[in-house]
Amino acid sequence: MTVLLAASPLSQPFFQHAFLAGTAIAAASGLVGYFLVLRAQVFTGDALSHVAFTGAMAALAFGADLRLGLFAATIAMALLFGTLGRRARPDDVVIGSVFSWILGLGAFFITLYTTSHSTTNGTAGVSVLFGSVFGISSAGAVVAALVAAGVGLLVVVIARPLLFATLDEAVAAARGVPVRLLGYGFLALAGISAAEATQAVGSLLLLGLLAAPAGAAIRLTDRPYRALALAAALAVLEMWAGLFASYAVPSMPPSFAIMAVATAVYAATFLIRRPVPGPRTRTATAVPAGT
Amino acid sequence: MTLAETGAPVWSWNLLADFQEMWSYPFMVNAFRAGAVVAVVSALVGWFVVLRRQTFAAHSVSVVAFPGAAGAVLLGVSAVYGYFTLCAAAALVIATLRGGGDHHESALTGTVQAFLMASGFLFIALYKGLLEGPQTILFGTFLGITSSQVTVLMVVGAVVLAVLAVIGRPLLFASVDPQVAAGRGVPVRALSVLFLVLLGAATAEASQITGTLLVFALMVIPVATAQVLTARPALSLALAVLLAFAATWLGLTAAYYWPYPLGFFVTTIAFAGYVLALGRRSLHTLLGSRTGARLTSVEVGA
Repeated sequence: MTVLLAASPLSQPFFQHAFLAGTAIAAASGLVGYFLVLRAQVFTGDALSHVAFTGAMAALAFGADLRLGLFAATIAMALLFGTLGRRARPDDVVIGSVFSWILGLGAFFITLYTTSHSTTNGTAGVSVLFGSVFGISSAGAVVAALVAAGVGLLVVVIARPLLFATLDEAVAAARGVPVRLLGYGFLALAGISAAEATQAVGSLLLLGLLAAPAGAAIRLTDRPYRALALAAALAVLEMWAGLFASYAVPSMPPSFAIMAVATAVYAATFLIRRPVPGPRTRTATAVPAGT
Repeated sequence: MTLAETGAPVWSWNLLADFQEMWSYPFMVNAFRAGAVVAVVSALVGWFVVLRRQTFAAHSVSVVAFPGAAGAVLLGVSAVYGYFTLCAAAALVIATLRGGGDHHESALTGTVQAFLMASGFLFIALYKGLLEGPQTILFGTFLGITSSQVTVLMVVGAVVLAVLAVIGRPLLFASVDPQVAAGRGVPVRALSVLFLVLLGAATAEASQITGTLLVFALMVIPVATAQVLTARPALSLALAVLLAFAATWLGLTAAYYWPYPLGFFVTTIAFAGYVLALGRRSLHTLLGSRTGARLTSVEVGA
């Protein structure tokens, strides 16, 4: 029965919008997420995604468009993180301190918004935190898809030097690769894709979209480009599966369904034995206890 | 989340009278007591978190408190049980999976974190009555902390501190130099698991004050501030406790007078302290002070 139900949703406009935006967002998140995982910057991605919440709330509190706040906050934060860290790779403690304050600020703006604006949109806070992919308008979906496609394209364009800079920073720098610039550029892209993905799965959950497909792809293959493509493909498939599952079971929020599928796929990769040990990142060696 | 039942309290600049008025309400006294316990425990545990570079793990463990609380509410039991159960469980899971090494671990931590948050959202969606729920759980509240909750916080806090006191020295050794410590017969892995469980308990405590998203405010910011101010371990430990304590109590006072979430005040005060400390250090460096320069190199090398 669920199969029959799941076959029809593509005729529904709201589902088409979610499908269009979701597909592009998932692909961009998969690509960006792969590099976040490879560069050991998952925590940065986490902070960026949470900061998106504050940006959105601030925009709402000042009566601006929610998306404006999303993009401004995440890009500004990404560049700030770039400046704070050595070679555009900030320290965990610094990230933690800055982003917990920004989140606190988000709590302030959400109260400001819900108390000042006669609560016409009282659940805005919750939908920013947890996403409302089925609520995307057709214009919003097109914009989201275009931006996400742009992000994905840029990641593919810089993939080669970025990979070099990630796997062997010192050698890449010596060969004339602009390591620092790439670090900044990548963080900015991560910021944009965080703002994008927030609209679909919410600022608290998008980390799963960044980390799970990438983690699964890295477990499945050791070839960097294959893993990059696989991460994007997995993210898109997980997004589709989540959307259809949530349509079939209406009491299940779409963001939960997407996360559940992504987690299940990642968990499944642990059942498959890895053939050879994967590429090692340089950053991991500097950390004695790990995170 | 406003103090509707007390009218609108006004700050009179007469400190004694203000505190007397504030503490005439039992829930405020409970909030201040809970805040004190939580500040001390989370600063002490947080000091080791920063030393061991486990901030991401700490954040993930704290985030888990959200589905814990939401699930407990859905099941109709007190949120306190949800906090402790899930934080301890998450700590154990992370401890079990640790050692997988490098980037797989952080991808895994991130996935687990996002999935559990999503589960929390599912619980909230299933439990329709909890309208204010998500925001209170995420950003903290000081209303409705009961005396029995304070007792639970105190007992758990005392146990955490006692265990930390016992394992403090070997843990310090194992954190600073795991290889040498292991060579000398220190049970590095067991200590690491035990510490994560302590972290889970401390996080569950702090979640109830700052909300699950802002645990960092009490766990990491005061420690980061203290380490900017001094390089001496004992002194920075004491400073961290003091700073966390000050942030909590000032935050509670501010939240009593203004209708904004407690978590916002605590994070802002703690972060202001961090910025001031950084400013002081930059000033020292600018003026060519030797201590300032040395501290900078310690921070960069860490």
